[in-house]
Amino acid sequence: MWSWVAHRVTGVLIFFFLLVHVLDTALVRVSPEAYNDVIGTYKNPIMGLGEAGLVAAIVFHAFNGLRIILVDFWAKGPKYQKVMLWVVVGLFVVTMAGFLPRHLMHVFGGE
Amino acid sequence: MTLVADPKAPRPPKGGPGRRTTRGNTELYGWVFMRASGVLLLVLIFGHLFVNLVAGEGVKAIDFGFVAGKWASPFWQVWDLLMLWLAMIHGTNGVRTIINDYAERDTTRLVLKGLLYLAFAVVVILGTLVIFTFDPCPSGSPADLLPSFCTA
Ligand code: HEM
Ligand code: HEM
Repeated sequence: MWSWVAHRVTGVLIFFFLLVHVLDTALVRVSPEAYNDVIGTYKNPIMGLGEAGLVAAIVFHAFNGLRIILVDFWAKGPKYQKVMLWVVVGLFVVTMAGFLPRHLMHVFGGE
Repeated sequence: MTLVADPKAPRPPKGGPGRRTTRGNTELYGWVFMRASGVLLLVLIFGHLFVNLVAGEGVKAIDFGFVAGKWASPFWQVWDLLMLWLAMIHGTNGVRTIINDYAERDTTRLVLKGLLYLAFAVVVILGTLVIFTFDPCPSGSPADLLPSFCTA
């Protein structure tokens, strides 16, 4: 049940991000200065954490989405749906453990 | 946790008295699309995030020159175009389901879906135009903001 709620919430979140994301990317058609200025305002620790949150949302939605697909199409899917939820949690932890240190290093790292 | 006793994929309606909600198989095709696009999006988005956030200098490296470098290649143009369309159709269809679930008054539903489809049209058209009309070397811009191949 919680996984269904989380799948909904992350889906909506990604959708609204995408609306804004296409708009800010469209600034490349205005001028290089306009694009760099706006992207420049994103380059701070708060946005860096926001990006980490967004990636977490996508990673969960993506792996849980695969689980939904397997439950629907794989004959044994319904039987293993609960096991697969733990696989989703496991894959989520592993992916984020790979991603977070590197991303936080880019965001908080020196120079 | 409550489990559905016997979950089943939706089948095309056979007709007869049980058939009420929609005419035709539109909802079934939507259901299949959510799954097919989901698998493709996983590859497209993970690739996008890897190249833009993890590889090289990560987010720090993103600027006009970075985008121009990527869109100089048809590979990334097609990649982004597919991602744009699939993610927007998948997301719009998903949000449509959610509106149907929670907005109970007819007018509320109508207004929310109107806004949703408007946002869909604006973003898909704008995003597509941006990819196809992109100019990596706009004249009059300082060379240090442009990709190196502009001066070559
Ligand atoms: C924080 C994470 C993200 C960053 C830093 C980022 C960065 C970028 C950049 C620099 C571009 C320009 C072209 C390119 O590099 O290919 C772009 C375009 C694009 N991104 Fe992302 N992106 C992020 C997350 C996402 C996500 C999660 C999605 C999908 C839901 C997405 C979908 C797109 C699309 C569709 C385009 C093409 C836009 C257009 O047609 O104008 N991005 N992104
Ligand atoms: C990364 C790969 C993705 C996969 C594997 C995936 C998979 C899925 C699946 C299987 C569903 C369930 C559909 C159903 O129950 O009929 C779904 C729903 C949904 N997805 Fe995705 N998706 C992905 C990316 C996205 C993106 C980029 C967005 C936003 C632009 C998004 C937004 C939604 C929404 C709003 C729903 C509806 C949730 C609900 O009805 O409870 N998804 N997704």
